[in-house]
Amino acid sequence: MVEWTDFERATIADIFSKMSYETVGPAALTRCLIVYPWTQRYFGNFGNLYNAAAIMGNPNVAKHGTTILHGLDRAVKNMDDIKGTYAELSVLHSEKLHVDPDNFKLLADCLTVVVAAQFGKAFTGEVQAAFQKFLAVVVSSLGRQYH
Amino acid sequence: MSLTEKDKATVKALWGKISKSSDAIGADALGRMLVVYPQTKTYFTHWSDLSPNSAPVKNHGKNVMSGVALAVSKIDDLTAGLLDLSEQHAFTLRVDPANFKILSHCILVVLAIMFPKEFTPEVHVAMDKFFCGVSLALSEKYR
Repeated sequence: MVEWTDFERATIADIFSKMSYETVGPAALTRCLIVYPWTQRYFGNFGNLYNAAAIMGNPNVAKHGTTILHGLDRAVKNMDDIKGTYAELSVLHSEKLHVDPDNFKLLADCLTVVVAAQFGKAFTGEVQAAFQKFLAVVVSSLGRQYH
Repeated sequence: MSLTEKDKATVKALWGKISKSSDAIGADALGRMLVVYPQTKTYFTHWSDLSPNSAPVKNHGKNVMSGVALAVSKIDDLTAGLLDLSEQHAFTLRVDPANFKILSHCILVVLAIMFPKEFTPEVHVAMDKFFCGVSLALSEKYR
């Protein structure tokens, strides 16, 4: 089981309470599709992903980005059993969506960059460490049911 | 995943805007790395103080960024341009190359914090590719 310090719990709760899911989600997914273009392989039916401008204006990307963030919310609310919380989602990503689990880390890194930009100087090293630890647990849990 | 002419132009344009803050960028990135990735502290046991904004961290952050500046100036041939630094990292410092990725990530996070408007996704991908190129050039002499 993952051990969380009080600081880590408070930091994660704080970050997500101050986040606009409709802004951060789309921004993170958009950034991921641009910075790591091979991730576009999973979104063949999303329409025009031809260039950065198209990706940034694509409503399917925006909608899915928001969906992903709301999915993260479940981990925020169940920090003591993220593995259990994501068991079903892990099966989904493995069996149905066939997503290479390495991609989860790429999206996590983009999310870190977007949150850093929003929080500015408040995103200290300690806050970053807590946020990245949280995302690492999420990433690990999402990859857990792959076989 | 080599740098296109557009990537090089993007990197140089961003560097033009951020280079006067390079000391601050280096200090923050390094300080942050030591906190977020505690295993990196193993390379700095000879420092009296590993906390962010300590003198050794600030000083070394400056060193790292002057390496980045050199890389920008040698962007057309990073391998040749960073040969001496590669030898230093390979034979003297013996930093595990996995750590280049870690520090690169921390620099990108600092750029997002300090220059949120400039650090668009297009700039991000060019800088990520650039740091991958720098890391590769630094690993050149390892074996």
